[in-house]
Amino acid sequence: MAGLYAYLTTETPASRRQARIGQAYRQWLALRKNPLALVGLIIVVALLLIAAFAPLIAPYDPLAQNLSQRLLPPSSKNWFGTDALGRDIFSRIIHGARITLAIVVLVVISVGPVGLLIGTVAGYFGGWVDTVLMRVTDVFLAFPRLVLALAFVAVLGPGIENAVIAIACTAWPPYARVARAETLVIRNADYIAAVRLQGAGHGRIILRHVVPMCLSSVIVRTTLDMAGIILTAAGLGFLGLGAQPPLPEWGAMIATGREFIFDQWWVAAFPGIAICLVALGFNLLGDGLRDVLDAH
Amino acid sequence: MTGQTPLVEVSNLRVRFHTPTRIVEAVRGLSFTLGREKLAIVGESGSGKSMTGRALLDLVPWPGEVLADAMRFKGQDLLGMSGEARRRLRGRHISMVMQDPKFSLNPVMTVGRQIAEAYQLHRKAGKSEARDRALAMLEDVLIREPARVFDLYPHEVSGGMGQRVMIAMMLIGEPDVLIADEPTSALDVTVQAQILDILEKLVTDRGMGLIFISHDLPLVSAFCDRVIVMYGGRVMESLPARELSKGQHAYTRGLLGCLPDLDRPVRRLATLQRDDSWLQGG
Amino acid sequence: MGPGSIIVRNLNVRFGEAHVLKDVSFMVGSGESFGLVGESGSGKSTVLRVLSGLNRNWEGVVEVDGMPLPQRPEKAFFRSVQMVFQDPFASLHPRMTIDAILAEPLAIHGLDQPDRRIERALAEVGLDGGFRFRFPHQLSGGQRQRVAIARALILEPRILLLDEPTSALDVSIQAEVLNLLQDLKLRLGLTMLLVSHNLAVVGHMCSRVAVMKLGRVVEEADIDSLRKQGGQDAYTQELIAASRRVALASA
Repeated sequence: MAGLYAYLTTETPASRRQARIGQAYRQWLALRKNPLALVGLIIVVALLLIAAFAPLIAPYDPLAQNLSQRLLPPSSKNWFGTDALGRDIFSRIIHGARITLAIVVLVVISVGPVGLLIGTVAGYFGGWVDTVLMRVTDVFLAFPRLVLALAFVAVLGPGIENAVIAIACTAWPPYARVARAETLVIRNADYIAAVRLQGAGHGRIILRHVVPMCLSSVIVRTTLDMAGIILTAAGLGFLGLGAQPPLPEWGAMIATGREFIFDQWWVAAFPGIAICLVALGFNLLGDGLRDVLDAH
Repeated sequence: MTGQTPLVEVSNLRVRFHTPTRIVEAVRGLSFTLGREKLAIVGESGSGKSMTGRALLDLVPWPGEVLADAMRFKGQDLLGMSGEARRRLRGRHISMVMQDPKFSLNPVMTVGRQIAEAYQLHRKAGKSEARDRALAMLEDVLIREPARVFDLYPHEVSGGMGQRVMIAMMLIGEPDVLIADEPTSALDVTVQAQILDILEKLVTDRGMGLIFISHDLPLVSAFCDRVIVMYGGRVMESLPARELSKGQHAYTRGLLGCLPDLDRPVRRLATLQRDDSWLQGG
Repeated sequence: MGPGSIIVRNLNVRFGEAHVLKDVSFMVGSGESFGLVGESGSGKSTVLRVLSGLNRNWEGVVEVDGMPLPQRPEKAFFRSVQMVFQDPFASLHPRMTIDAILAEPLAIHGLDQPDRRIERALAEVGLDGGFRFRFPHQLSGGQRQRVAIARALILEPRILLLDEPTSALDVSIQAEVLNLLQDLKLRLGLTMLLVSHNLAVVGHMCSRVAVMKLGRVVEEADIDSLRKQGGQDAYTQELIAASRRVALASA
């Protein structure tokens, strides 16, 4: 144990890998000091575990209908009650975690790189490249996210894949803006001048030297944005344009619950709480990461 | 000194920073008194010289902790004073000039208004009186066209001019003690001389006490009355400024020895051999 | 003139309306140490940015390492000229280890045996292997400047441009870095162009100096003659006087 601690915290790492791991360990120590960020981390990790082991955790089949068991209130048998088709809401929320996570991951891996690339290229070159790229960004930024997503889905047809595409198309502009703003500062730094003096080309400078500097703020922005992405996905689901029945998507579940909201509150309330919790978790984690990654 | 109470008395000052893994001691047991004179605190980065100035003003950043056996300003105990009372002392009785005026001036307010506002903060004065005082103060720091400079924004003035504006702003409350933290290090040598002349004149004319924090031994030797040499938070040596070149401590001698000198060419510069024993004992 | 030399003739640089270099001319022989002295705004750093290929907007005749300096230098150009920047806290990439920083120029130019070269470069500037995998924020100012020097030398250039290399450092560290630079110059036969506001530092390092003011070279002289006879130009005399005023008899 002492050996591992020394390995992680040494001032003189002996290899590339040890340097990276040691750096990560110090960031973990900093994150650990922030109780709210830890709460966020626990929620996010819980979401991951629940999604991974959904079939083991869920007591019932999320799609199994039982019309004799319609709209039962929460009980020891059905913890969160049942919905209008007699499906167990707890099991549906557990399985819904997979859908939520899939949407978030797909959006993030498509949005992050696109926003980062457009932003850094615009900021690095400046001039007409910057003007063109940023005006395009502005056009996308000018539309309210949900409205634009609605338009995309209307054209592409409802469904979870199209919801992801729609959200991705509307989510990248802020990333490009953040990356560009950072790049404008970074490109004048001496360490960029130093690699230019070593004969590095533009591509190498952007990918290896500028992008790593923007990465932390983009990661932070992403975690903070997760909540918004989940809510947009839920909103599309609620409007019937996202995940289609009978998929247990949380937004769609709230939509079906709204008919019974006064008499059978649990149908809409539990998926709503799930959305709130996960959104909160990502937000808290994002806040904590900002302090850890930006502090220097 | 004439037997009256000194302006500042500090006894066994310690400044500590609590980090997660250890306690960093920035100042370890510094004692001095300041009369109406120019006292220099010199040392390299990490010597604790800047933290000493900040501790006097209650401006040590979090998570720093200031301890002392005694810290008095004109006989008043600073340690027992409330934060509010310390704040009232700042500017009115003890002021500070920092190294770089770029970071100390408000960029969206004309320099004249900033000086006038500093005056109004400390004295109950009307707008026009404050303006007159500010213009007079700009003249005191040898600015040739005070009325024109009054209406300039900080980005429109040069480094040397900005530092004069800072000095004007810090002195308009007519403090008894001025702490100058590397006030000329960001300036060209020719401008440096002018700023020092201004400080010299103000100290003599107003009978102020000046604490001049610097890394530049030759400069303080020529400019100040007394010098405290610090290393690693400790006092290595305290001596009259004129005799700095005859300093006895190995650190003082080492610092002087490693300076290149135009008139004494050497093939290799001497380097400073640090000694851990300097940090031990009292 | 041959490899390692620098020739600047009637160099002019304008940034929009501002005419920052006005007919600057000087020559530096191969293996010579030449100083550019001046205060802020004198244009001394702009000269370095032109010679290093960073500033591509200039007029005049410039020869570096025996070849005319092109407006858009090719990759190979940077193997003959390297620069050390003023602020070691700003010139090293904060998220790269020292190892990665030193490996970068080797990768750009496709040089073989990167491990051996990195170890040798670190040893040359007096840093042991324990520094190799640290991040810049774990190093002191003097150690960082040594890394910056190692990075400049790892491509084995003939010309080293130094932009106020010690003005951000404590005087005791300054002495160590200046000694290191002189050792390296002798061992590697480098041509050095040193820009500084500090006449004493230039006097220690260089044999000849050009004094700059407001974009012009007002005087070019041997250090020895400056020392003995003072300068011809009034501004040079002022700089010498300022330098002597702060010099302290320490004998």
